[in-house]
Amino acid sequence: MEKGDPIIKVENLVAGYGDTVILEHISFNVYPGEIFVILGGSGCGKSTLLKHLIGLIKPLSGVITIDGEIVTEEDEESFKRIIRKIGVLYQSSALLGSMTLGENIALPIKEYSGLDPESVERIVRMKLKLVGLEGFENHLPSEISGGMKKRAGLARAIALNPAILMFDEPSAGLDPVTSAGLDELILDLNKNSGTTMVIVTHELSSIFTIADRIIMLDRKTKGIIAEGDPRYLRDHSPDPYVKEFFNPVKEKRG
Amino acid sequence: MKKSENTGQPDSIQYSLSDNEGGLLLSLSGRLDTENAGAFLREIKEGLKGTQARSVTVDLSGLTYLDDYGVMVLTEIRDMLVNRDAFSIINANERISNFLSIMAFDSTGMPGIRKKKWINPFESLGGETIKVMDDFRFMLAFLGEVSLALFNVLRHPGSLRVGDTVHFMQRAGVEALPIVALINFLLGLIIAFMSSIQLRQFGADIYVASLVALAMAYELSPVMTCILVAGRSGSSFASEIGTMKVSEEIDALFTMGFNPVRFLVVPRVLASLIVVPVLTLFADIFAILGGLFVGVFILDLTTTAYIGQTFRSLTLFYLFWGVMKSCVFAVVIAWVGCLRGFQVRGGADSVGKATTSAVVTGIFMIIILDSVFAIIHIYWL
Repeated sequence: MEKGDPIIKVENLVAGYGDTVILEHISFNVYPGEIFVILGGSGCGKSTLLKHLIGLIKPLSGVITIDGEIVTEEDEESFKRIIRKIGVLYQSSALLGSMTLGENIALPIKEYSGLDPESVERIVRMKLKLVGLEGFENHLPSEISGGMKKRAGLARAIALNPAILMFDEPSAGLDPVTSAGLDELILDLNKNSGTTMVIVTHELSSIFTIADRIIMLDRKTKGIIAEGDPRYLRDHSPDPYVKEFFNPVKEKRG
Repeated sequence: MKKSENTGQPDSIQYSLSDNEGGLLLSLSGRLDTENAGAFLREIKEGLKGTQARSVTVDLSGLTYLDDYGVMVLTEIRDMLVNRDAFSIINANERISNFLSIMAFDSTGMPGIRKKKWINPFESLGGETIKVMDDFRFMLAFLGEVSLALFNVLRHPGSLRVGDTVHFMQRAGVEALPIVALINFLLGLIIAFMSSIQLRQFGADIYVASLVALAMAYELSPVMTCILVAGRSGSSFASEIGTMKVSEEIDALFTMGFNPVRFLVVPRVLASLIVVPVLTLFADIFAILGGLFVGVFILDLTTTAYIGQTFRSLTLFYLFWGVMKSCVFAVVIAWVGCLRGFQVRGGADSVGKATTSAVVTGIFMIIILDSVFAIIHIYWL
């Protein structure tokens, strides 16, 4: 993988809420076009880290830079430019319940692209087709299944073809087949448009299918305990927790 | 031959038009992506205005990048000029032609914009009627369920969730006291002040005390107090239960073997039934204090005279009739709040509707029942 300048740069991030520190001394880079996975056990601060990358939460200290612009700065103009480059798929899909799928996807397109309503509708159709939800534009989010909601959420996240896509546990609550289908979609998107992906997950199978590079967070040390290629880490990491994470299944029956 | 204007920038898109054996040849070069698709579409639509062509060929040899916004632009150009068969794309590089085939550009996969369906007014009237009937049936069933649950608590007092009940007593009662006291104090003050202007003309100042005591205790303080409770607690019951419904908490209760009505509704109804009469009594006291304020400071009555007159005119029957009304209102408010919560289907907007409906229905029921009580008092007692 060729590495240019990092598209996301995290330097010495300290994150937490109020007096409780959740993450300390976090530094890593994400390079353009790679699929970068943030791993870790429950409660280690994966989602918190993602929220810091998006700018939803301000860090206690440290600097996050996205495409040369500092997320942590409180400048509305630069924040808007950054937000425009990021698409996010939330764990609960976060589709607006009062709008149809089509309207949900059209929302960012109308706001930012300045296209005619008819062109917006064409884009919406293409996005839905891309995620395999052709013909569902007039459905409400409450009328479709969880896996379809995820895909619709993905269609909304890629509505403006962002340079970076962030996923918060994309496979949470999905069956293995649906989840594999979602991984396929992520890979296709990455291949066809070169989108950089940052994915928070703990789904082992999808890590080995899609991840170029991972970091693993740990609750005890509040920091990064492993970084690199997941296949290499699985076989060669000296850290017992990392080993156990990658090889958790012990046969107890039969 | 026409040329586009925005040349020179590396990320820009240029086009040129020329004749191609009677058809139109459109050559594109540069990048056509999300950033410039909107502007380019406007530009090229302007440039192609009035153009007639039997066929259109688009030469993409100079195009370096195309995304789905670009595909949208090509589709718009196609649909603007000719029908699908007379449109062709040539010289696309491998990446772009792959992308075009992924987007199914050639196939019929780009249907026209679907228009909203026309709805027969009779059909929607019928639909609404059925909805209202269903709503009414659900209300009755829910009333039955709540009555059964309350009856069950009477038979097995141990099954009452005492902690929850006390919690709701605190929230619906204790925390409501300041606003209830203030509103009723001011109401007593206003009634005393307005009536004193009239009564003073006849030298009947002292009857201000009677008027305030009777009007407030008999009618206004139960109604005002319960309207406040409907606004504060009825709405919160509806939104709490509605949110629980949305997040499947009620289903979870059911699968753990709890009866959701007994678990959620009984503590709320009982708590309201206990605290609202007490609030009403407080409201009476503060209303009389409001009247007393006017009596002493504006009408120059003595405190003793005012209070004496109050006690002479306010019989126990009037006081308890007011309190009894507030008990009925309290049950209705809590019941309607919970009912609207249980009716929530779907998401956030449904919770909002339920909350509004809980307050509106609650206040409506208070006024209707108050009229019924007035009729009962006049004709049957």
